[in-house]
Amino acid sequence: MRPILMKGHERPLTFLKYNREGDLLFSCAKDHNPTVWFADNGERLGTYGGHNGAVWTCDISRDSTRLITGSADQTAKIWDVQMGTPLFTFNFDSPARSVDFAVGDKLAVLTTDPFMGLPSAIHIKRIARDPEDQSGESILTLKGPQGRINRAVWGPLNRTIISGGEDSVVRMWDAETGKLLKESEKEEGHKKTITSLSKSVDGSHFLTGSLDKSAKLWDTRTLKLIKTYGTERPVNAVAMSPLLDHVVLGGGQDASSVTTTDHRAGKFEAKFYDKILTGEIGGVKGHFGPINALAFNPDGRSFSSGGEDGYVRLHHFDPDYFNIKI
Amino acid sequence: MVREEQPNKLRWGELDEDDGEDLDFLLPPKQVIGPDESGIKKVIEYKFTDDGNKVKVTTTTRIRKLANARLSKRAVERRSWPKFGDAVHEDVGSRLTMVSTEEILLERPRAPGTKSEEAKSSGDPLAQMSKGGAVLMVCRTCGKKGDHWTSRCPYKDLAQPSETFVDKPPTETNPSAGGTKGAYVPPSMRGGVPERSGTDMRRRNEENSVRVTNLSEDTREPDLLELFRPFGSVSRVYVAIDQKTGTSRGFGFVNFVNREDAERAINKLNGYGYDNLILRVEWAAPRAN
Repeated sequence: MRPILMKGHERPLTFLKYNREGDLLFSCAKDHNPTVWFADNGERLGTYGGHNGAVWTCDISRDSTRLITGSADQTAKIWDVQMGTPLFTFNFDSPARSVDFAVGDKLAVLTTDPFMGLPSAIHIKRIARDPEDQSGESILTLKGPQGRINRAVWGPLNRTIISGGEDSVVRMWDAETGKLLKESEKEEGHKKTITSLSKSVDGSHFLTGSLDKSAKLWDTRTLKLIKTYGTERPVNAVAMSPLLDHVVLGGGQDASSVTTTDHRAGKFEAKFYDKILTGEIGGVKGHFGPINALAFNPDGRSFSSGGEDGYVRLHHFDPDYFNIKI
Repeated sequence: MVREEQPNKLRWGELDEDDGEDLDFLLPPKQVIGPDESGIKKVIEYKFTDDGNKVKVTTTTRIRKLANARLSKRAVERRSWPKFGDAVHEDVGSRLTMVSTEEILLERPRAPGTKSEEAKSSGDPLAQMSKGGAVLMVCRTCGKKGDHWTSRCPYKDLAQPSETFVDKPPTETNPSAGGTKGAYVPPSMRGGVPERSGTDMRRRNEENSVRVTNLSEDTREPDLLELFRPFGSVSRVYVAIDQKTGTSRGFGFVNFVNREDAERAINKLNGYGYDNLILRVEWAAPRAN
C-alpha cells in the first residue's frame, strides 16, 4: 500500500478520530489547531482555531455535527464541525486531557490533569442540543486516583465510566453516583502508565496500551483481563479493527533517544496482532518518530497513524491484508 | 511540480500605482487540463512572487479511483462542504497531502531463530577464521557459516530487504560492520568488538586485494570464488552489479588472506580465458583518498 502523508501539524500528533461514517478524520496535535481531513484522499477540509495550548483529545458526535476537544490551555471546546467555529468553552483550573461523548451525545466525560496542587478529576457534563442552552456546570465530578488520568470513556448504556492513567490501574466508576465500582487487579494489570484506551465497536471489551511495553484486552462489564499483547517498545496508542480480529499497537522508543540510534532501532512501526491468538501479524513502518495516535476507519479498510514526527499517515489496506493467515 | 520562471515583464516599480493591491487581474486565468483517460490532470496557475516575478506553476496530478466505497448521503454532502480555518488560504504549492512514493508493506515478522544468529555473526570474520579453521563461507543474510553463500541463502526472503548492498566500492565495505544488515549499532554502543584503528581496517581491505576485470555478464560471486579458491584462502569476493539493470558490470574484487596466494593467482589467471573472455587480473589500485 502507498500511505497518504498528511503534514498539517507542526508539532507531534496526540490523537486521531474518525467520524461514524468514516469519511472524516479528525487529528489533534500539540500545535493548537485540531484539523479535519477527508479520510479517503487525505485532503484537508479545515482547522479549528481557538485553542491556546496543545490539544490532547477530541471526540465527534454521532451525527458528525459537533466536535469536542480537550486542551492544555485548561479548556474544552465544543465546535461546529462544518463551520469550524467554537460554540462553547468549558473552563477548568487545570489542563483537560480526555473527552468522550456518551451514547446519545447528551453527556460527555472530561478529565483534567493534576495541576498546581489540584488532583486529577473526571467531570461529567451535560451537552445541550442547542449551544445557547449549554452550561459549564458539571453534573458530577470524580476525584481519587493519583496522577494523571490519560483516558476516560463511557461504559455500556452510559452506566459506567472506565478510566486509566498514570497509576496504571484501570478503574470503573458509576456514572450516576460517582462510586468506584471496580479496579483492575494488581498482579495482572499494567505495571506502568496507561497511555491509551480504546473500546471495541460493540463496546463489550476494550484495549489499553501502557508504557510497560504491553497492551491488554479487558471485559467492559466485569473488568476481567482477557488477553495480553507483548511488544518490545512502550505502547503509546492502540486501536482495534472493526472488521477483523486484529489489534494495532503503536509506540516506539522514547523521543529523547531517537537521534542517537538507527531508525530501525526505534521500532516506530504500527504492529498488528491477532486479537485472539495474540500472535504478531506484522508491522507497518514509515514514521520517523514514535507513534502517538492510531485510529481505524469504521469500515475496517483503512487506518491512520499519527507520530511524534508531525505526520499523519493514512493507510488503505491492500486486498491481501484481508486474507492474512497467522 | 514544474516551476518555470518567465522573464519578468513587470516590476512593482514600473506600475503606475504601487498600492500593494492584488495584481491578479494581470495574470492569465487558471487552466485545468484533463483528467484524461489515464487520470492525469494538469492545473496551470500563475502568480506573483514576493519580488514581483511572474511565476507559472504547473501542477500535474493523477486522479486515482480508490475502491468503490459506498458513501452515505451525509458523507456525500460533507464532500462539498466549503473549506474553513487554515485550509481556506492554502497555498498552491503547500503540498500538505502527499502520497508516499514508497511502497509500504505489512511486514510479516521474521521466522524464529534467524534474528539471534544474525547477531552472533557480527564479529570479525577474519578473526573467527584464524580460530576455527578456514570457514570462509559466511552468509550475510542469515549469518550461517560454511553452509551457503549469501546469494543462495534459503532465508533470503525472510530477512529484511537489503537497502545498502548496492554497488559499493570495495574499500568501503567493512565486512564486520556492513555485513550484517538490519541491525545498525552506533560505534559508541558496540560492545564486544575490540577497537580497531581506521588505518588498520583499511590496510586489511586494500592489501591482498585483486581486481578482476573483463568478466562476463553472468559471472557471479560464487563463480569467482570457485575460480580463485585453488590459490589459497579467500576472505572476500565481490562482483560489481549495475544498480539499474541488475547485470554484472564486468569487474570484481577478490581479497586473499595471504599475499603470496594473491600473487600466484595474478600470475596464473591474468590473461586466462574464462567464459569466452580473457580475464585481466591485477593488484587492486589503492584508492586515491
